[in-house]
Amino acid sequence: MSPFMTRVRFVLGEVWQGISRSITLTIALIATFAISLSLLGVSLLVGSQVNEMKDYWFDKVEISIFLCTSGSDTATCTNGPATEAQKSQIRTDLEAMQPLVAEIFFESQQDAYNRFIERFKSSPISANVTPDQLPESFRIKLSNPEEFITVVNKFTSRPGIEAVRDQRATLSKLFSVLGGLQALALGFGLAMLVVTSLLVGNTIRVTAYARRREIGIMRLVGASKMALRLPFLLEAVFGALVGGIIATGILSFIKGYLVDQVIATSFTFTSFFGWQAVVSASIICLVSGTLLAFITAWFGIARHLKV
Amino acid sequence: MIKFENVTMAYRKDGNPALNDVTFEIADGEFVFLVGQSGAGKSTILRLLIREETAKNGTVLIDDINIGMLPQKEVPKLRRNIGMVFQDFRLLPEKTVAENVAFALQVLSKSPNEIKQTVPAVLDLVGLLDKANRRPEQLSGGEQQRVAIARALVNRPAILMADEPTGNLDPDTSVEIMRLLDQINKAGTTVIMATHDAGIVDQMRKRVIEITGGTIIRDQARGVYGYS
Repeated sequence: MSPFMTRVRFVLGEVWQGISRSITLTIALIATFAISLSLLGVSLLVGSQVNEMKDYWFDKVEISIFLCTSGSDTATCTNGPATEAQKSQIRTDLEAMQPLVAEIFFESQQDAYNRFIERFKSSPISANVTPDQLPESFRIKLSNPEEFITVVNKFTSRPGIEAVRDQRATLSKLFSVLGGLQALALGFGLAMLVVTSLLVGNTIRVTAYARRREIGIMRLVGASKMALRLPFLLEAVFGALVGGIIATGILSFIKGYLVDQVIATSFTFTSFFGWQAVVSASIICLVSGTLLAFITAWFGIARHLKV
Repeated sequence: MIKFENVTMAYRKDGNPALNDVTFEIADGEFVFLVGQSGAGKSTILRLLIREETAKNGTVLIDDINIGMLPQKEVPKLRRNIGMVFQDFRLLPEKTVAENVAFALQVLSKSPNEIKQTVPAVLDLVGLLDKANRRPEQLSGGEQQRVAIARALVNRPAILMADEPTGNLDPDTSVEIMRLLDQINKAGTTVIMATHDAGIVDQMRKRVIEITGGTIIRDQARGVYGYS
């Protein structure tokens, strides 16, 4: 065995003694790391999911300008169905808004009827619908969906227009719920990380007490500050790594089983985050956990180990 | 060369100085007893030498290096040059005799080859080579103190300090330990021993520095303990 390996084995042996001597504390340390890092990871995954859904949906999002029909009863439709003059004015105004307005598509009553029948073909409701009950509409795609409000403001409450619908408005609610969930998970994760760092400090205090003979002797024979600190640092980092690996397992389970096998089969309207998101969330968890352990341990020991 | 120059320490709660204007010198290779009652200041002198404490006033010098002014990161190096033995042995109970001695080398990252050669040699010196694989609990008090001495010597320090090393031992065993310390001293190591074991001091006839209430009241070559 090389000299280096012998030294490594000696230090690891000391660390192992520290761990096994306070095994319940080590388990508690690993468990809190696992929980807090999992929560952190979940919040990252929710974040990925929000982005994924935004990408997926915003591509498809369009603004619909529904024109008045004979049956409309809103204030802007008191003069009956939209006139040809009104329609061409809307089209002109829309074309003037290029390049923000990227695509304009006019859906006639017959088009709307065909789409309606297609969508509800298995439902009895389709038998009672005639084309003249459905509104004509302009379907618009924007080059930058974030600026939908400009278009909405321009056409809302114009005579001949019954309503301006932006699908984003519906989605925004969903996104704000998801964003709330993400903030919640992140908040719990961060709170748990604070608890975890307190536990790291406590573990070090107990370990320092359990190892007081060794520490006393090490100081006497002239061990360097680093040699004194190393076992404690390694023990804390060990806890963080094992906790982080467990968290990675939990995140993989969430992706591989919960999302792919359960949720994705019942919610087909959107795509879900990929394994790439799990990999980067896991890396962030492992790195931040290890760093947290190292830093708390470093400053925790300083109070207990005077050279 | 160890030099105390007008060293004063005031850390006791009753306000009396633990050391009061203490001045003495110990040459390389000397054997010195620090005697006096408990709390007289013997241990404080030893603690100052390994920078467990720093003097409030005055200077502590080892080979012209001011120990009190030593940067914190140099303190471990200082301690590598001073072996330390205590009344309560301070061995690690779950390690064998050889492992206890090797521990002092391992924490300094010495090479396995050096450890393999040095540990048996120093165990041989203290007469415990045949008990290398025993655990401390399987040894007598005198044997445990020999292990502690072996550990203190294994880094070949220039100075060996012993704080009441015979305090837990019966008189016969104490004599054996003193023979060992004398032998170590004769091989060139400076030995400073704090004790209130009058019999041993009287028997050894070495230099005696007597301290009472933090003040040196006697410094005598080939002295005796001085109390009846």
